[in-house]
Amino acid sequence: MRIALPQSRRALLLMAVLAALVLLLGFVALRSGPLAPVKVTVVRAEERAITPALFGIGTVEARYTHRIGPTAPGRVASLAVDVGERVEAGQVLAMIDPIDLDQRIAAASGSAGRSAALEAAAASQVADASARLALARSEAARGEELFRGGWLTRAALDQHRQALAAAQAGLAAAQANRAAASQDRGRTGAERAALQEQKSNLRLVAPKAGLVVRRVAEPGTTVVAGQAVIEMVDPAELWVNARFDQTRAGGITADLPARIVLRSRIDTPLRGSILRVEPVADAVTEEVLAKVSFDAGSALPPIGELAEVTVGLPARSRTLAVPNAAVHRIGSDVGVWTLREGDPEFVPLKLGAEDADGWVQVLDGLTRGEQVILHSARPLTASSRITVVDKLP
Amino acid sequence: MISLAGRDILHGWGKFVLTGVGLGLLIGVTLSMAGVYRGMIDDAQALLDNSGADLWVVQKDTLGPYAEPSSLNQDTERPIRAMAGVDRAAGVTYLTMQIAHEGKDVRVMVVGAEVAEPGEPGQPPHLIAGRRIVQGHYEAVGDVKTGFAIDDEVTVRRNTYRIVGLTSRMVSSGGDPMLFLSLKDAQEAQFEKDADAIVRQRARNASSPLLNPPGNPAVAEAVNAAQASSTNVNAVLVTVVPGADAEEVAATIRRWQRVTVYTRAQMEEILIEKMIANSARQIGMFLVILAIVSAAIVAFIIYTMTIGKIREIAVLKLIGTCNRTIAGMILQQALGLGLIGFAVGKIAATFWAPFFPKYVLLLPADSLRGFFAVMAICALASLLAIHAALKVDPAEAIGG
Repeated sequence: MRIALPQSRRALLLMAVLAALVLLLGFVALRSGPLAPVKVTVVRAEERAITPALFGIGTVEARYTHRIGPTAPGRVASLAVDVGERVEAGQVLAMIDPIDLDQRIAAASGSAGRSAALEAAAASQVADASARLALARSEAARGEELFRGGWLTRAALDQHRQALAAAQAGLAAAQANRAAASQDRGRTGAERAALQEQKSNLRLVAPKAGLVVRRVAEPGTTVVAGQAVIEMVDPAELWVNARFDQTRAGGITADLPARIVLRSRIDTPLRGSILRVEPVADAVTEEVLAKVSFDAGSALPPIGELAEVTVGLPARSRTLAVPNAAVHRIGSDVGVWTLREGDPEFVPLKLGAEDADGWVQVLDGLTRGEQVILHSARPLTASSRITVVDKLP
Repeated sequence: MISLAGRDILHGWGKFVLTGVGLGLLIGVTLSMAGVYRGMIDDAQALLDNSGADLWVVQKDTLGPYAEPSSLNQDTERPIRAMAGVDRAAGVTYLTMQIAHEGKDVRVMVVGAEVAEPGEPGQPPHLIAGRRIVQGHYEAVGDVKTGFAIDDEVTVRRNTYRIVGLTSRMVSSGGDPMLFLSLKDAQEAQFEKDADAIVRQRARNASSPLLNPPGNPAVAEAVNAAQASSTNVNAVLVTVVPGADAEEVAATIRRWQRVTVYTRAQMEEILIEKMIANSARQIGMFLVILAIVSAAIVAFIIYTMTIGKIREIAVLKLIGTCNRTIAGMILQQALGLGLIGFAVGKIAATFWAPFFPKYVLLLPADSLRGFFAVMAICALASLLAIHAALKVDPAEAIGG
């Protein structure tokens, strides 16, 4: 008896230890590793209003950028403005070195003066010819009379007639000379005006009021025709040149409201709207391009800054929706795993729009209130054993 | 009626259980080592499983995208999509990098996948929290091993991304957790240079008369723009239509697109035979040595346990107990010790497995094999002990 009691107690203790071991072993064999059930969370399919949103990124650009440069090659003589300065319409921004233009204008002025003198000489010649004609005419008339009275020989009369014709031709020649001289004066005048015009073209002026954003060439630089010397923009008219992924850009149209977040001011989004959707998309990056204008009153950002644009599309009416984390693709079917009688079952669905919070519209295939598996610790198969938990992991 | 073995165990049950537990911890280490080995191979397979692809289209004559760098134009996927037998094709980028997060560096594999539709190859197949990527930019889904939480902000190269979803078991072949971005973001992270490099490159271009010819300022701008953009991917993941032969589809793509295509079996070979072969063999070798050492220790424990009781066995012999009973007692004790050891080992391995930094996969088949190995070793060891016990002279019980 004295020995039996401790022995049975020992046996009990040993049994307890062994039983605990067996229980633990059973637990770990079934609750961990590949045999363990997959932990999942579920959500009920419910109706909600989906407000699809498009998300794009872009850079702030000026609506109009004026690149002002000479129309002919030349050397920059001086710049009158610096970056950041505001300029008025017509203000001189830069001068191109005229080189020999002034001399050529002087030469043209000389030619014009000479043409005027020549024209005056031609006018005097016309007056002279007119006087000669008048004299010849009166002499010819007198000769005719004398000839009729028999006082003059035919030969003398012919001489008078010839003198008259010569005087008439002389006048015509003088008149033609005068016309040529005045034409010449016009030509030299126009040449001079052209050179002056060219000179004024060397003054680069602002086409409208704006802000100078770049000084591309400094004095002394030789620029080619059409190369910009000064770039200016109208700071009142900025927009975001935004790019949207083509696959998600359905429904984007002009006038939709947009929220613009600038990289430098993440906490203060600006309001804007789609000004236009570009008719030509970027084929290389596969993005749709759109211009997003800022609403009035927004403090404007630096040009070239990166901006995120979220465009709100019109809200759809309340429809059945599931979170996109629940949506899977098996083979060619897109659908969700539903929980039916404790077992997972894959249900193919027809899906519609998706909103920015990841809710996807269900067009067909699911009834309201049905339990849908949202998250799972492992990918599911139809034969998976599952345990529903509140939260993973 | 309690057996002789049972009586002996009860006599020194604490010692017996403790010996079993000690043995168990040793077995647990061996099982864990097997788990580490399996986990390593499983990491490689998980990478392939999670990509959801049947075929990998990579740069010609490379072992990409996991074992070697590979670079393809993104539009390579378009003609492939149009080929017979191809169901879906999607470009993907992989880039292993360090990310600073809350003062610590996290090593991740940044994966760029097409996010437009669910189930495109390359996307994480399941989530354990949060949602999938909706916006085309600046959203990320991370593996839970990264330590990121929903709504955390992480910086990858020049941009900040918000974690919107978490997934699990998404690792590279080296066990680095994955961070999923949209393809465009990932391309930017992979191919776009940092601002300093771009500025330096511009200066270099400006100083070259070839790239910046005097009198034609447009050339330098064009060169800069050409150098700054990239629309490359590392691989195109392809799924084949149900019923199509992947090998045949691969042969067609190889022939007409002049790229290298790997099937699942080939990719597995590249990953397991080429990439992790050495480290896996290293672990495997260690596992073999550990198993032999464990077997030897188990044998010694049982042998010394029996030798420790040699005087009692001599007494049993003296009182006329038959050899079978003594042998049975030793064998039963050895098997009992093995059972306890295996149970403790399995439990211990299961409980400490999650604390390993890399994945430890304890397969039931491995456990079963381990069980039979332990039992066989115990039986063999007990044979030695039985031999010693039967040889003992009954006179030792009274003599010395």
